[in-house]
Amino acid sequence: MTEVTMVVNGKSVTKSVKGNTLMTEFLRDELRLTGTHVGCDTSQCGACVIHVNGEAVKGCTMFAAEASGAEVKTIESMENPDGSLGVIQQAFQDHHGLQCGFCTPGMVMSASALLKDNPKPSEAEIRDYLEGNICRCTGYHNIVKAIMAASGQDVSNIAAE
Amino acid sequence: MYSFEVERPTSVADAAAALGKDEAQALGGGQTLIPTLKQRLASPSVLVSLAGIADIKGVSVDGGTVTIGGGTTHGVVAAEAGAYPALAALAGNIGDPAVRNRGTIGGSLANNDPSACYPSAALASGATIVTNSREIAADDYFQGLFETALEEGEIVISVKFPIPEAASYQKFEQPASRFALVGVYVAKFADGVRVAVTGASEGGVYRWSEAEAALSGNFSADALDGLTVSGDDMISDLHGSGDYRAHLVKVMTKRAVAAAS
Repeated sequence: MTEVTMVVNGKSVTKSVKGNTLMTEFLRDELRLTGTHVGCDTSQCGACVIHVNGEAVKGCTMFAAEASGAEVKTIESMENPDGSLGVIQQAFQDHHGLQCGFCTPGMVMSASALLKDNPKPSEAEIRDYLEGNICRCTGYHNIVKAIMAASGQDVSNIAAE
Repeated sequence: MYSFEVERPTSVADAAAALGKDEAQALGGGQTLIPTLKQRLASPSVLVSLAGIADIKGVSVDGGTVTIGGGTTHGVVAAEAGAYPALAALAGNIGDPAVRNRGTIGGSLANNDPSACYPSAALASGATIVTNSREIAADDYFQGLFETALEEGEIVISVKFPIPEAASYQKFEQPASRFALVGVYVAKFADGVRVAVTGASEGGVYRWSEAEAALSGNFSADALDGLTVSGDDMISDLHGSGDYRAHLVKVMTKRAVAAAS
């Protein structure tokens, strides 16, 4: 067992974990932050995307012990302080950017990382950035539209393909 | 996964000491090793994470050489290795953004996956792999599928890339994994052209010497017209036959030459 200390969504937590505890397991089972989803558990689908020290990573492919000392953000940190939906989350709702919703936490976390580096991404840039996020409802079009809207761009002319 | 402990040394010396333990294994960014552990294809007792060693991270440029720390992520190489644009472009097209934020050049080169991108860049550039005990020329480093010159416990400290006059990496992606179905890296130096092929051969990354000879005399895609590539020793799987990969080797080499010219 290893003792790990990290700041998760602004709150410092210290826990004793096994070496092979994944970040997804740590967040979901230890901290009960179940917004981070586990889809494929093979680093392909991106439902588990979280931010570690400001960078998007796949929570299923990182050990909790590796995040000791880091600042971690999960989907639970994306709401506004008053509990209302954050800008990206609201855009997903407004533009029907989710169907079953399983991939949504990872999509929102990837979108947030993209917009931090590239505040006004083009449609092509968004699609390229979402390479590692899979939506098995295949609802990509409205996800892309929602991210464009969240970045303050006009999406009225973006028609469904 | 089997159970193991994770150690996080902050110096190369401490990491080397930790790797001296029985069944110890180095952990870079984990983007290959963690899936391997999940499949129970590896059973270390101790994983020695190299991510906490500041000395082996970062990109620096000195004259005609770009030096990349072994613990540098693909994302950082993509952003900071602009002095060698073909290398930065290669790094920026590995996997997906979240993978690029964890995976490291040292991990990729130590693993030497036959379909990985970085080995072709190191081999075509004539890079030098610097470890905690010696310097290894890329020509001596790659020794077959998942095989390298690294000894047990040896750590990739940095990789020194001579910057070519012109270079390009062209990858035909396996669309699900984004690994190279075939990838070709062409680098043109004052004293000749080097061509390295990844993804194709059952022997791992290799130099295509006939193409190098043809291109060293005439650096144009047309110079490759008369060459043929045999599919006999090529990887053959559900993504493509050996003959298909052999065909792609020539196509991607031509594209790389055209892009670099």
